[in-house]
Amino acid sequence: MKIDSVLPQPRVKVTLVMASLLFLAVLLAFVHAEDFGVSKIHRLHYAALAKVPVKARARRNPLEGDPDAAAAGRKLFERHCAECHGHDAEGGKRGPSLHVADVQKAAPGALFFVLSNGVVRRGMPDWSKLPEQQRWQIVSFLESLHD
Amino acid sequence: MQAATRLSFHKGKCLVNSENVLPHGGPCSRAKFGAPARAAARFLLVVGLWVLPARAQESPYFVTYDHHLEEPGDLEVEYFSNFGTQRGGNDFVAPWIEFEYGATAWWTTEVYIDSQTTFRDSTVFTGFRWENRFRPLQQEHFINPVIYIEYGNITEADKTMKEVEGHDVESDYAVPNAVANRQWNHELELKLILSKDFKGWNVAVNPFVAKNLGNPWEFAYALGVNRPLTLKASPRRCNFCRENFIAGAEMYGGLGDTRLMGLPDTSHYLAPVMAWNLPSGWTLRLSSGFGLNGNSHRILVRWGVSREFSGFGETVGRLFGGRR
Repeated sequence: MKIDSVLPQPRVKVTLVMASLLFLAVLLAFVHAEDFGVSKIHRLHYAALAKVPVKARARRNPLEGDPDAAAAGRKLFERHCAECHGHDAEGGKRGPSLHVADVQKAAPGALFFVLSNGVVRRGMPDWSKLPEQQRWQIVSFLESLHD
Repeated sequence: MQAATRLSFHKGKCLVNSENVLPHGGPCSRAKFGAPARAAARFLLVVGLWVLPARAQESPYFVTYDHHLEEPGDLEVEYFSNFGTQRGGNDFVAPWIEFEYGATAWWTTEVYIDSQTTFRDSTVFTGFRWENRFRPLQQEHFINPVIYIEYGNITEADKTMKEVEGHDVESDYAVPNAVANRQWNHELELKLILSKDFKGWNVAVNPFVAKNLGNPWEFAYALGVNRPLTLKASPRRCNFCRENFIAGAEMYGGLGDTRLMGLPDTSHYLAPVMAWNLPSGWTLRLSSGFGLNGNSHRILVRWGVSREFSGFGETVGRLFGGRR
């Protein structure tokens, strides 16, 4: 195999550098934009629980009574949620504590709804990419926090 | 009152109050090594990114997109490769690197750097692409749309085949690199990503149009379906749990252009796909595709490895003096 040219031409290099700088600028703009008003954003997260539609709130956790559900939920929480909400759901820089009354008194259906839909405008992504059962397992873990 | 002594390091010499030259070492070592030390600290911080916590639940698609965007502040670094057989020419392998960043929960931006090696020919850099995905609806709906906009500055020699569009056919890829890599294209691509999760399945449809400036609009499609091997997670920590594997298939191809729309002179592919999401944050993907008509490459094998870095945005922000 003959290698002719791995390195880009000068014009391409310039374009590449400019694209990289633009990418970096966008990235930094959002880093700073997301830095402010953390506590306010946290309150807005809790407010999302209150806005869950009645039908969704009424849904029951199909894994109620499943002895493994909370343990599996903890594992999933550590993998997907702990980075923002803290290892023990105590809250972090980007996500609010889940030990507060707003969360602990929330209906399982409401937790499931927020988990599935996220609070996208406030920075919490939707987790519908996880299968429904795994989202219910996370809800089981959240419910187990007040035990 | 004695003025404060100021140490500085200029053109390889250690200065006191900008005048006296001291031998290296002693109190001047701080000035001498201050800047390099800071640079080293920054470098270590960058290296430290590799130990950032990671999370991953990546889809197995290579060509199709679903509606799930990158988590905000997270960076996913991905290496992919596309091996293709070539009738009337030499087989090739086309690696590319992706940097995918979750700017917000509704906007993901991504930069690609493409290259390719054609066996018995050469290895060439084939350009870059910059894509953005926007999610207009803030909640899950029956069908979830995402708007995709991409600009690419790539050569005719690009063989990553991230998209097969218009009248792309196998013979287009038989041109020697020395000729094909001279032709640079400015390409704009618009996609409508439609995707739905249902009972553990994801179904995604991506109709799209692409315009190489100066050429007519080209049409194409990508379809995908996937599902984890099991829907419930096991309580134990494991690499080989079935929940870590997602399997599916994708189909993609061209649909002509504004001059001749439809299936004539187009190529199409069907590819089983598989992803293995490791708890450590790494994801491995494999796809073994094959052409569906005489204009298609007989075999396209794609593989990839990626890792997601949580909190990348905050780390970079601190590196550049951002708020803690």
